[in-house]
Amino acid sequence: MDRHTNDDTLRRLLGPAEPEVLCDECFERLDEYVELELQGEPADERIPGLRAHLEGCPACHEDYESLRTLVQGG
Amino acid sequence: MSAEASEHGDALADSAAWISALRNPVERDRAIARLHELLLRAARFEVSRRRAALSHVRGEELDDLALQAADDALVAVLGKLDDYRGASRFTTWAYKFALLEAGVRLRRRAWQEREVVLEPEAWPRMADAGAGPQGQAEANELMLAITDSIDSCLTDHQREVLTALALNGVPLDVLTERLNTTRGALYKTLHDARRKLRAELATRGFALDSI
Repeated sequence: MDRHTNDDTLRRLLGPAEPEVLCDECFERLDEYVELELQGEPADERIPGLRAHLEGCPACHEDYESLRTLVQGG
Repeated sequence: MSAEASEHGDALADSAAWISALRNPVERDRAIARLHELLLRAARFEVSRRRAALSHVRGEELDDLALQAADDALVAVLGKLDDYRGASRFTTWAYKFALLEAGVRLRRRAWQEREVVLEPEAWPRMADAGAGPQGQAEANELMLAITDSIDSCLTDHQREVLTALALNGVPLDVLTERLNTTRGALYKTLHDARRKLRAELATRGFALDSI
């Protein structure tokens, strides 16, 4: 148990501080976001609020990690 | 032409070829079969990523879940073909439907025998972060304010959703099934609850900028 654990607990309870898109918009633009990232483009500037949502929503974050890994390896 | 530009051109051509084949009555059946193969590959990829958490589930059942996910993703992709705007490769766009379908099924399967608890199993205590007595006291004060705000500011539904998702670790897709709702609607409830909590804590004088 340490500071990291405390921060995780607080983040789960309070969510991201920044404005975020919600799940439907996240799904809508997830493919574009992943490709921008993999191309080294400024994905967070092009799609504001998506990164914050990924930090707040474990389900969308898992979908993001899977898509990124699949596309990167495919 | 640079290698990067050439690759981009290939991706556009490949995506256009997919769309064209799926809309062409002569090529459509063959294109749908290829698309199903692609979606099944993505669904199996998701199964392989989650296999450790599903070690108690038979391989045949996981194969069946992957197939169901690919089938449903195929219907979704074909139904939304007009929504594809070319912001990414067609294959990347299609993959996300299969990964979503597979991920939802696998999360629900992993929780099938587990109870979904909507009340706090235990209020979290702030760990000793090595910040000294004053730091620890401040952390405890913040957690006390959070638990008090959860009780005083949130609706019953918001409190249950926040408790299940943020404290008890229930996956979002499991709770959507138990409450017969959608991921988007449930996350909106969580989002609104979090915003209320942040606003209340700010009113009480807590600085939350770094969290």
